[in-house]
This record gives sequence, C-alpha cells and structure tokens, in this order.
Amino acid sequence: MKYMMFVATDPEAEPYDPAQDNIQEWVAEMVARGVNLHGDRLRPIEDATLVRVRNGEVLVTDGPFTESKEWIAGYDMLEAADLDEAIEIASKHPMARFGRIELRPVWPFEE
Amino acid sequence: MVSTLIRVTGDWSLAEDCTAEAFEAALATWPRDGIPTNPGAWLTTVAKNRALDRLRRAATLARKLEEMTAVTELEHLDPELSDFPDDRLRLIFTCCHPALSLEARVALTLRTVGGLTAAQIARAFLVSEATIAQRIVRAKRKITEAAIPYRVPEAHLLAERLSGVLAVLYLAFNEGYSVVAHTSIADEAIRVTRALAQLMPGEPEVTGLLALMLLQHSRRRARLDAEAVPLTLEEQDRSLWDAAAIAEAGELLNGAGRRAEPGAGRGAEPGPYRLQAAIAAVHATADSAAATDWQTIVALYDRLLTVTPSPIVELNRAVAVGMASGPQVGLAALERVAASGALDGYYLLPAARADLFRRLGDYSKAAAFYRVALAGAPTQPERDFFARRLDEVGG
Repeated sequence: MKYMMFVATDPEAEPYDPAQDNIQEWVAEMVARGVNLHGDRLRPIEDATLVRVRNGEVLVTDGPFTESKEWIAGYDMLEAADLDEAIEIASKHPMARFGRIELRPVWPFEE
Repeated sequence: MVSTLIRVTGDWSLAEDCTAEAFEAALATWPRDGIPTNPGAWLTTVAKNRALDRLRRAATLARKLEEMTAVTELEHLDPELSDFPDDRLRLIFTCCHPALSLEARVALTLRTVGGLTAAQIARAFLVSEATIAQRIVRAKRKITEAAIPYRVPEAHLLAERLSGVLAVLYLAFNEGYSVVAHTSIADEAIRVTRALAQLMPGEPEVTGLLALMLLQHSRRRARLDAEAVPLTLEEQDRSLWDAAAIAEAGELLNGAGRRAEPGAGRGAEPGPYRLQAAIAAVHATADSAAATDWQTIVALYDRLLTVTPSPIVELNRAVAVGMASGPQVGLAALERVAASGALDGYYLLPAARADLFRRLGDYSKAAAFYRVALAGAPTQPERDFFARRLDEVGG
C-alpha cells in the first residue's frame, strides 16, 4: 500500500529545535526498512510558480497562492503494510512534532 | 459471522450483504422446514456459500489473486466453529480506529458490531437515517481505501487503542442514556462492552467500564419523574434501582481489583473507568443520599483527578465535598474550581453553586444562580428541572 506523506508546517506545533531534528536517523531507518521510496524538502512558497490554461492561453504567474500558515515543506512516498504502519512511520518523523503530517493513500489509475 | 467474513474477504459490503441474505433465507425457510439443530452453523454456511458465489464470479472476471485466496480460505471455513472470538475483537478495534471520525466510529460500531439498524441509530442521535447511512458508507470506504488494518493492535499500541474503543462505547452509552425513549442504544453499548470484557478478561478498564454502565443503567427506572423531569440521586426512589445490575457491577469491580494486584502490569493502578465505577458503586449501595459515604467519594475523586485531571471532575469533587463537609466548605471548594476560569459559561457550575446556597438557606443567591443555570441548560428536561428548583426557592 502506497501513501504520499505531506510534511507541513503548523503554527500550533512546538517551536523548531535543530538539536532535536533527527531527520537523518529517520531517513536511514525508513530506507533500511524499505518503506521510504523517495522524498525531499520543497522550496518555500516564494519560489513557487502558478500555471493555468484559460481560453487556450497559458498563464504563468507568481501567485496568488492561498494564504496559509500551514504550507507543505516536503513529501515522502511510503510503501507500508497498512495505515497503522504508515502512522508509525509518520509519527517518528521530526516534523510530526514541529509541524504536522498528512497521509494520503495513493489511488492508482489501473483500479 | 460478519466479522469472520470481513477478515477472510476484506470486503465489508460483501460480508454484510451475505450475512443479511443468510438471515433472509432463514426467515423464508425456518418457519416452513423448522429450525435447524445448529442455527449458527446453518447461517454461517449460507452466508459462506453466498460469499463464495460472488467471489468466484469476481475472480473469474478479474482473475484477481486476492479473490482466489479468499475463495480458498472460505472453502476451508468450518461453520461448526460457530464463534470466532478473534474476529469479533478485530472488528471492534477496526470500527474504533482513530483515523475515523468519532461520530463515524460510534455509528459503525453500533451498526456492524451491535447490529442496530441505521434507523435506530439515527433516532438516538437525532439525525436523519440518511446521515447515519452516509457516515457508515464513508467510514467503510476509508477502511478499504486507506488500508485501515483489520486486526487487534500490537502490544505497544494496545493500551492507547483500547482506551479509544472504551471512549466510543461510553459515548454510545451516554447518547442512549440521555435520550430516554431510545434505551436500545444504551442496552447495545452494554452488550458490546460485555462481549469485549469476555474477549479481553485481563483488562481491568474494560470490566470497569462495564460496571460503570451497569451502575448508571441500574437507575434507569428511577431517574425521571412522571413528567420526565430528571430527579437527583437524593430524590430518586431507590427501591426502583436494578439490584441485580448493581450486584453484578460490584462483582466486576472486585474481580477487576483482584486481577489488578501488583505485578499485573499496567492494571496495577485503577484507571478512570474503574474509579468512576467505584464512585457510582458507593452511591448505588447507600440506603439514602444522607447515608452515603461522601468521604470515600471525595477520596475517589481525588484519585480520579490524579489519573485524568479535568475541570468537570473538580466540579463533581467540590459537590461531593459539600455533601461530606457541609455547604460552606463545598462553596469554598467550588470557588477554587471557578477561579480557574475553565468552566466559565458551563451551566452546571451555577447549578452547583445554586444548590449549595439552597442548602445554606440563602434562597436569593440560590435563585440568582438557578436562573443562570436555567438559561444555559441544553435540554428541555434540564430546563424543567431548574425551573422547578427556582420555584422552590421562591424565584
């Protein structure tokens, strides 16, 4: 079962503490277990670009993006036995403490 | 039967449909042919065969490996093993999974574990049948699409998940209890909790919750007057309390205590349900409100506060202090609770104040606080109750 794990910021979470950030350990464990297929950080919203096609014309703009204090800061594609394993993986990620994590089951097109 | 079909097939709708069809078949044939010697095995066989038919059809169409595996396992399912306790337990934990919304957990548990209809659940929760049906459909879809596992959680998750299950059962019970006309929900919540207590005999909090429900339910015939206005424990006719239920709860609490001797791991310190049940048991075994051992109740509230600190528990403790040591001391305890501000706007705070002033004979202050409680009470029976009290103190 594949899950897309969105790593997001959350103003109500505990403040970020670099000393407590064990992301390297998390990646090492999850890659060794074979449950983390790939993942990365994402550049902040200032570097994002919006693309729309309207009346056949491609519109490229620097926004507007939905004003939100909870923005996606990274992602990981998980391969877990079931939701309980995905929850266990997510709960060990440092951003579960310093932010929030959303688990979305992947919905393959062949189904 | 449903729980086993879900485990084997992984398909909730298929399991429920085939079970329903088995019952329909029984209704059609038993009156004509007589009841079979083993009705449970008869029903399981019919449901199993219906499931096999559907799965074989689906497997041929799609040539899917999972369906073929399920077919093989179903073919070897022995209907004579009428009870599959592990599957019932799996079903309870899956219905109460925290990834489902609380209202979905309650509806799904009552529907799938308890066997109530969507219409019965809807009446108790004062929503439309379509709303409940939709909640259940969505929950089942999420179980499938998000791969919520069908199993009893592993040891490191068990305590946390079990307390989630108990919270769902207690919420269902309280909903049923608050709506007098629909005690079927409360009965069903007790039945499921009783089944859980049999499936997990080593868990003192499960027996604690069962005892708590039995004790609260034991007052069901006494707690309202002829006009359906709630009566306080002091006013209730104690001869109407269900003595058998009270006795059973007492035995459960003693048994849970014995099993929770030191060395029994996490059961060693009584949990919140056992403590609440112990408080209810002190009330249930007293001949009158005046003869109640209020000191013990205060001591139990103190222990409850160390396990689950909450302003509501503090409020109840202050009320008990008022009974144990007199209204003046009770009011002082109440002021300390009110000072925290956590209960601002909560109608039972002025209600408790009003009651203590009434006991002190200060009727004008009592009336003022009863008016505040009356304005904030959420249900008509409670508004009737406060209106009557207000009347009594000359407001």
